[in-house]
Amino acid sequence: MAYSDKLVDHYENPRNVGSFAKGDEGVGTGLVGAPACGDVMKLQIKVSPEGLIEDAKFKTFGCGSAIASSSLVTEWVKGKSLDEAATIRNTDIAKHLALPPVKIHCSVLAEDAIKAAIADYKAKHEKA
Amino acid sequence: MADGNGARGTADVRPNIQLPIYLDYQATTPLDPRVLDAMMPYFTTKFGNPHSRSHKFGWEAEEGVEEARGEVAKLIGADPREVIFTSGATESNNLAIKGVALFNKDRKNEIVTVVTEHKCVLDTCRHLEQEGFKVTYLPVGENGLIDLDQLRAAVTDKTALVSIMAVNNEIGVIQPIAEAAAIAHEKGALFHTDAAQAAGKIPLDVNAMGIDLMSISGHKLYGPKGVGALYVRRKPRVRLVAQMNGGGQERGMRSGTLAPPLCVGLGEACRIAREEMIKDNARIKALSEKFYETVKAKLPDVFLNGDKDRRYPGNLNLSFAYVEGESLIMGIKDLAVSSGSACTSASLEPSYVLRALGVEEELAHTSIRFGFGRFTTEAEIDYAADTIVNRVSKLREMSPLWEMVQDGIDLKSIQWSDH
Repeated sequence: MAYSDKLVDHYENPRNVGSFAKGDEGVGTGLVGAPACGDVMKLQIKVSPEGLIEDAKFKTFGCGSAIASSSLVTEWVKGKSLDEAATIRNTDIAKHLALPPVKIHCSVLAEDAIKAAIADYKAKHEKA
Repeated sequence: MADGNGARGTADVRPNIQLPIYLDYQATTPLDPRVLDAMMPYFTTKFGNPHSRSHKFGWEAEEGVEEARGEVAKLIGADPREVIFTSGATESNNLAIKGVALFNKDRKNEIVTVVTEHKCVLDTCRHLEQEGFKVTYLPVGENGLIDLDQLRAAVTDKTALVSIMAVNNEIGVIQPIAEAAAIAHEKGALFHTDAAQAAGKIPLDVNAMGIDLMSISGHKLYGPKGVGALYVRRKPRVRLVAQMNGGGQERGMRSGTLAPPLCVGLGEACRIAREEMIKDNARIKALSEKFYETVKAKLPDVFLNGDKDRRYPGNLNLSFAYVEGESLIMGIKDLAVSSGSACTSASLEPSYVLRALGVEEELAHTSIRFGFGRFTTEAEIDYAADTIVNRVSKLREMSPLWEMVQDGIDLKSIQWSDH
């Protein structure tokens, strides 16, 4: 399979690999996928008191497309509000990386990861 | 690309390595240059039809083919008259299984085979099931080997054929062929083995092992693609229904004009394999062990798939826990390896062979088959081991599963989402 240059670049030089402390008040964590399916993404956002995503980190177990998709979304969510970040669609990710049809599910997972991270952050703050 | 430059940079330090390194000897083997030399005249001056009886062109082509037949026979301890040429192991397997099944269908309609067989055996059996045959697919243990008691229980007096591969293409385990053949014969069934990955790699003797039919592939033993052979026992005679009708070549079992260059190539490949098997195997075993030990010493959580001892050492199927196989292959572009068999690696399903061993899906997703062979060098092995260690380490740094395990979290305790 021939992958796009953008995809290969994200795979070879992934952006924002790492973790924030899960318990941190300003951090939202999304963990999606399953090892048995061959993809697990952990996406974390760090949200400022003003409600802007000021930083993001990821770790992904999955194919090159899954790694690239999650790397890409960490770049995209930075500087966005939670509502703006929630509008990122898998089709945008798939288009940007020129994912082949069999890899579309990777972009779906990345979209799910953003939503899960936002939901986790919101849940933390509703309780507070 | 950055990766290519990096690779060239490394190669400068190790001038003996050409990238990418071929480590997919189960998919196909490079043609031995001596084989090509033997074939060349049959493409050019000795172009005759080996079945032409009335002139020198036919005679010399026939002579080449018959010499080659003798070499194939010698490799497996057979009589040359028991060897027929085919287009490859897929055809040989089809002919052996369908041929025997159809010939015996009025008396016996059962076939016994194994779940980890090559697709061309399994698919042939599925086809026969649709024609009304009953097929039993034996399971394998965690080590990839069949249980002889289960085989004994599966073979009945209605069994026409037992078909069990000698060396598995994905994990390299060696099935107990002689014992299995004896069990088949106890109940009056014939015994066929798909020896595509075994011929020329491990010692095979059709008489000592009680084999009635054996499939051989040219391009798995440093011969050309497009040619193979089927051994068909003469005493007692194994009868089968031809699957290709025509001029009655190959004793009526496989019509069609033979391809002398390919037959001669297969013969020469068999000759070299017979003469150099001991030397080749000693080298390949040493390389395989060095690779495995190096990788294991530098990486935790690496698992060997298939039996540790009963294996052909040129096939090393490893699972690297907590990294995903496809991303690993993408990261080791300098190494030509495969995850699972080439026929299925386009699909996202983990290998059916590994699943049959009970390998957890997580690990089945992370498996890579390293194939070593006659032309693999120690420098290549060293480079490959370094590459794999570096890339697995990098991917684990990026893996949420690895992180959780390092934090002492049991992955099985997590409620994973479906998708």
